Amino acid sequence: MVSSVPLHVNGQPRTVEVDDPDMPLLYALRDGLGLHGPRFGCGLGQCGACTVHVDGEAVRSCITPLSSLTADRKVVTLEGLGSPEQPHPVQRAFIEEQAAQCGYCINGMIMQAAALLNGNNRPSDAEVREALAGNLCRCGTHVRILRAVQRAAGTR
Amino acid sequence: MSAATTRRALLQSGSLVIGFALGHRISPAKAQGGSSASAPGKTVALDEVDGFLAIGADGKVTVFSGKVDLGTGVRTALTQMAAEELDVPLAQVTVIQGDTALTPDQGPTYGSLSVQNGGVQIRQAAATARKHLLDLASRRLNLPADDLAVQDGVVRPKAGGQGIGYGDLLGGRGFTLKVDKEVTTKNPAEFRIVGQSVPRLDIPAKCTGRFTYMQDFSVDGMLHARVVRPPAIGATLRSMDEASVRDIPGAVKVVREGNFLAVVARNEWAAIKASQTLKADWSDWRGLPEQVRLWEHVRGTRVTKDDVTSSVGNPADAMLGGAKRLSATYDFPIHTHGSIGPSCAVAQLRDGQLTVWTASQMTHALRKQIAAMMRMPEGEVRCIYLEGSGCYGRNGHEDAAGDAALLTRAMGGQPVRVQWSRQDEHGWDPKGPPTLIDLRAALDDKGNIAAWESEFFIPEGAAGNVPLVPAELAGLPHESSMAPGNIIQNSALPYTVPAVRTTCHRLAETPFKPSWIRTPGRMQNTYANEAFMDELAAAAGVDPLEFRLRHLRDPRGEELLRRLATLAKWESRPSPQRNGGGDVMRGRGMTYVKYELNRTYIGTVAEVEVNRSTGEIRVPRFVVVHDCGQVINPDGLRNQIEGNVVQTVSRTLKEELTFDRSMVTSLDWNSYPILTFPEVPEVVIELLDRPQERPWGAGEPSAAAIPSAISNAVFDATGVRLRSVPYTPARVKAALQAS
Repeated sequence: MVSSVPLHVNGQPRTVEVDDPDMPLLYALRDGLGLHGPRFGCGLGQCGACTVHVDGEAVRSCITPLSSLTADRKVVTLEGLGSPEQPHPVQRAFIEEQAAQCGYCINGMIMQAAALLNGNNRPSDAEVREALAGNLCRCGTHVRILRAVQRAAGTR
Repeated sequence: MSAATTRRALLQSGSLVIGFALGHRISPAKAQGGSSASAPGKTVALDEVDGFLAIGADGKVTVFSGKVDLGTGVRTALTQMAAEELDVPLAQVTVIQGDTALTPDQGPTYGSLSVQNGGVQIRQAAATARKHLLDLASRRLNLPADDLAVQDGVVRPKAGGQGIGYGDLLGGRGFTLKVDKEVTTKNPAEFRIVGQSVPRLDIPAKCTGRFTYMQDFSVDGMLHARVVRPPAIGATLRSMDEASVRDIPGAVKVVREGNFLAVVARNEWAAIKASQTLKADWSDWRGLPEQVRLWEHVRGTRVTKDDVTSSVGNPADAMLGGAKRLSATYDFPIHTHGSIGPSCAVAQLRDGQLTVWTASQMTHALRKQIAAMMRMPEGEVRCIYLEGSGCYGRNGHEDAAGDAALLTRAMGGQPVRVQWSRQDEHGWDPKGPPTLIDLRAALDDKGNIAAWESEFFIPEGAAGNVPLVPAELAGLPHESSMAPGNIIQNSALPYTVPAVRTTCHRLAETPFKPSWIRTPGRMQNTYANEAFMDELAAAAGVDPLEFRLRHLRDPRGEELLRRLATLAKWESRPSPQRNGGGDVMRGRGMTYVKYELNRTYIGTVAEVEVNRSTGEIRVPRFVVVHDCGQVINPDGLRNQIEGNVVQTVSRTLKEELTFDRSMVTSLDWNSYPILTFPEVPEVVIELLDRPQERPWGAGEPSAAAIPSAISNAVFDATGVRLRSVPYTPARVKAALQAS
């Protein structure tokens, strides 16, 4: 049975048509709304590639059922954070530090870091590492990502 | 039109690109098709300038590269090389990658050859083109070519006056010119773009969600599929119940071809649910060895031939005459590529033409494999590269492309996207094979190496095509030989020793279908050689750096090691050092590599901390000195070196495939853990840039210098030698307790 699910995404009310209200948010964003910032990496909440903000908190969209969200919850994706022309400070820092290789995980790194800096704008190196401990990168871009987060925090 | 949609339009129809680049008008029907196996008017010949380059009437340059960017930044590097050689601004150059209808077959993107070979070919084509353009301008301006200069794609008299742009000179036509392999390329002293840390062209889009990865690509009317792989590698499908997924809204069809099984749906989530719900009955299969007996299995595997990779003097006799003899066995486990994004592909069959969008590192070779599997003429198959998640070798991208090809045919040609699950990726990408190495050596009475013998137990085969999983499962034509990569490389030594014999015993089989994972063979072989080198230095009571220099007859290598000693503040003394009684023991270890014994030089120093009570190893710092000749993009190179270090620290400390008799059991990130942020070392790098030398590869070589540096540092810290990767806390603790 197709149903319409109202969402609030990147500052706008949106609707997605779904067969299954338990479908994870990730597929609504990617396939329903064409937002490719959040990425499918594991579907298990283990790698962080799918991270989005829900009411400012970093959330794993691959294990967040649509049915757990209400229309007033504010979802922000990497696209909603900023654009190439007007990047968010964390995005700008990642670009300036050239903190990507394949870049597949970078969505999660930026979203997780932006959520961290919302709550703690002067994190120590250890705090940044701990905040990103659940975000996996296979290319080994970690040292640049750490520099980028510190740059965004103004501690570098 | 945003950058992303432009890019997508280009990708959907390479012929559209050519239409712009060459000023031809292509009919919209053709431009929309995207499935013509070759584009009209575009040669892909390796010896034609038009194979590599097109310059439009507007002066814009399109480079056609058979080598592709796997997340390494090579698209930016190739753009720099072409812009430099042509004397045009970077922004005027676009690179089209890995499209079998448009780009020459420059070989797969592996072996750290994209700049070294692919870039140098493009440089030659660009230099040939520039010379031709100067000749055209010379005729038009009635001045000798020597009196002309090029600036920003405009040829002008050196004396001043009106110039002519490349676009005008060519008038939108092609070059129709052979690449001159003897052409004089630009003097590196005049480089303005090459050698600069040009920011990567892809990073802004990747950091803002505007980049189109393979996984993001779609075409109109596209269906979504998931494969349903057997629960045991060699199991056969006895039956399946199509009705079991009938109630899933959006599910369209179950496709079966032999043991190839997949579900097709209108949307991705329906495909996922259907793949998890489908009832299938598979036979039992228990053809894998017991994991606890892996090394017995490897040692007992039939040897099909011996490759003797170096032979000097008579090591057996020299061994007997030595003052001190040592022997050791090293092993390196089975690894998975572990791409963060599981493999994905889209295929469409239309009017007898198959188009496959793929993140394959080898679209030309893949096209042959898919054509064979589909029993189609090669000319009717086109593979178009799209960047995926980093692959680090031959992972599952090609197999997913094969899956998509079978599925579009099963769906009457409708476009089908196949997205592997995490379990598919960890379970079914080909694996880095297990490597077992025996070493023996003797020291003379002065503490120098008198004899060295080594035996490597590694699967037979070299680089080549890895059989496609869907072809194997469906019983369709596929290769039957193994292709683990060129894994005998670096089994011989970079040192001068009076009596040496290094032998690779090539094995008839290995438990999992092998392929190359970053630095295949070179990593494992260097690991054993450089750790054993350290054992000998310790046995001789000599500082590890001094011991290496004593056996090195290579000025470039010696210079590198001396720079390393300075950068790492290397303290000259034998290992191990005397640590106090605290819980944490600190040490340092080094490694020297000359990649494949004929190119890139690397020296590394690892600094480690070993926790006596937990067995945990921390690697706070790695120091790397790197000489790959001419550096194209220093920051891009540093990014690659950092990646090599971090990824290989992960492989060394944590990674090991687990399996039972039927199947891989490490099917997610909990069971196959990789390095996380709190464990990541600081990486200190010095680049020895040599602009007047040829550029060598850098995507892989520094990874070869990581595992042994850690083993050597742990020995320095603890006096205990680790010879089995990965160095997990349990293993380290056991080794410490046994000492």
